[in-house]
Amino acid sequence: MADATGVLVIGQSSADALDSTAAELLAAGRNAAASLGEELSIALLGDAVDAPAQQAIAHGADRVYAVTSPLLSGYQADLYLAAMDSLCREVNPRVVLISRTNEGRELAPRLAFRLGVGLAQDCLEVSVDEATKTLLANRPVYGGNAIAVVSCVQTPQIAAIRPKAYEAAELDSSRQGQVVSFPVDLDASQARVRVVETVREESEGVKLEEARVVVSGGRGLGGPEPFAGLEDLAKILGGAVGASRAAVDSGWVPPSYQVGLTGKSITPDLYITVAISGASQHMAGCSGAKCIVAINKDADANIFKDARYGVVGDWETVIPALTEAVRELMDS
Amino acid sequence: MPLKIAVLAKQVLDPEMPMAAFRIDEDAKRVVPPSNIPPVVNGFDENAVEAALQIKDAQEATVTVISTGSSFALDVMKKPLSMGADELVLLQDDDFDNTIDSFQTAQLLAAAIRKLEGFDLIICGRQASDWDNAQVPLGVAEILGVSCVSLGKKVDVADGKAIVERIVPDGYQVVEASLPALVTVSNELGQPRYPTLRGIMAATRKRPTVWSKADLDLDDSQSEARVTLRQLFIPVSDQECEFVEGENAADAGRQLALKLREAKII
Repeated sequence: MADATGVLVIGQSSADALDSTAAELLAAGRNAAASLGEELSIALLGDAVDAPAQQAIAHGADRVYAVTSPLLSGYQADLYLAAMDSLCREVNPRVVLISRTNEGRELAPRLAFRLGVGLAQDCLEVSVDEATKTLLANRPVYGGNAIAVVSCVQTPQIAAIRPKAYEAAELDSSRQGQVVSFPVDLDASQARVRVVETVREESEGVKLEEARVVVSGGRGLGGPEPFAGLEDLAKILGGAVGASRAAVDSGWVPPSYQVGLTGKSITPDLYITVAISGASQHMAGCSGAKCIVAINKDADANIFKDARYGVVGDWETVIPALTEAVRELMDS
Repeated sequence: MPLKIAVLAKQVLDPEMPMAAFRIDEDAKRVVPPSNIPPVVNGFDENAVEAALQIKDAQEATVTVISTGSSFALDVMKKPLSMGADELVLLQDDDFDNTIDSFQTAQLLAAAIRKLEGFDLIICGRQASDWDNAQVPLGVAEILGVSCVSLGKKVDVADGKAIVERIVPDGYQVVEASLPALVTVSNELGQPRYPTLRGIMAATRKRPTVWSKADLDLDDSQSEARVTLRQLFIPVSDQECEFVEGENAADAGRQLALKLREAKII
């Protein structure tokens, strides 16, 4: 078998559009491919992927593997894995990059085990040691309290990249690339897990992951009612409301509000935290925020170490005054 | 036949310990466990024990907890027994040091599950709070070739199927998986139950099964490391916080708004 070569991104897409996480992976993959002096390709899975394929080329892919089957029209882990497994065995890439999205969380480890190789999980940054052509991955461990630099021993070297750790490159529609058709023969009986029902329980308005402003509440709020005040503030700023795990575990808001290591990763321009202590597990979900504002009555709270602006005070007094002042400023 | 359930659980450094006690030996690339703070059962794994016990509350079932490591605090690892689990199997060997290499850890656990003649349902925490790898459970499912569902917040078994409410970013899905199945669970499952006095007494009398490397039928062709740890360090934040003050807390709130406008953030 020929030596492993190239960087293969496994991208998510709909029938019409490339997912933003796939564009982020292409940015990371572009750097790695350049350091290796090898090609950057992307695998897109679906029943038809023509439109996202062209977008992937404009985002930096040299080649697109259109991994198609009628059974890949919607996400099903067992079928997606079977398709990814056969593509990796055929293409024999040196590096595989996957986004650690909700789907990536299950696909990346299972693919690595199926291929019998290692996985650098939940990476913030990847680089290449050019002499050994080894991918070096920085990943937070111990809830973000420490950073480990890891590398994989066998090829493909697989890394799952945290969403939003990389910024997508500008679209360049003049770029040329090749689309390679890779139809896969799947059997519906390979799917061992079946979705019976989907229940949506997202907050209304702006999506947390896409919001430019996020206002989050934590344990210190003491109950569900104060979240109404945070909703007001978020609404005035055109933002969304999030929460710490403590607030979710207490049942004050649904799990979809959770920001953090095991919740959502957000990268707003402004992140206002209210009565959140700032444990590293929470900060892991908002380290990409451009400006963090902390309101907490404990001057020694961890959150102030990561905040750009802080107010030491009781949220019950600070938030109504802040909200009123923001309302006046936004109206003027 | 009672339903046979396994829970995979890991002993970890207490993630709630004060940050000041968190130390790293950079040369050895290891976290130095503080001597005065006892380890705990990984939080998500306690959720897994709770999920198993909820099934056992509703139907005839046995719950076996399996853990691997180079050394154990037995009183800590007996907590799942005092919550109501039936058996504890410890895979203990100087070589089982739970490094960052999830591949090896999964091989050990899968070998133990085979030795125990398999389970109808294997429940695991979504990830461990030390290495946050979130790989071992999914790896065990792959090695054993069983159905796999991740991020459950409710787990039931009926008609030979696992029925799981699994968390997705905008809500949850109800999924069905054929048995045998492996399910990972998250904190959304709810608080694990407290041990009862009767449970603690029963746990005291129970002895864990302890297996070393020699007791496990490991696949030697899979023993090569998959991941290398090159460096381990504590990140430093260079963020300086500007504290906004006022005549009182309300005024500080107003001043904060002005500050954000001044900085053109709002």
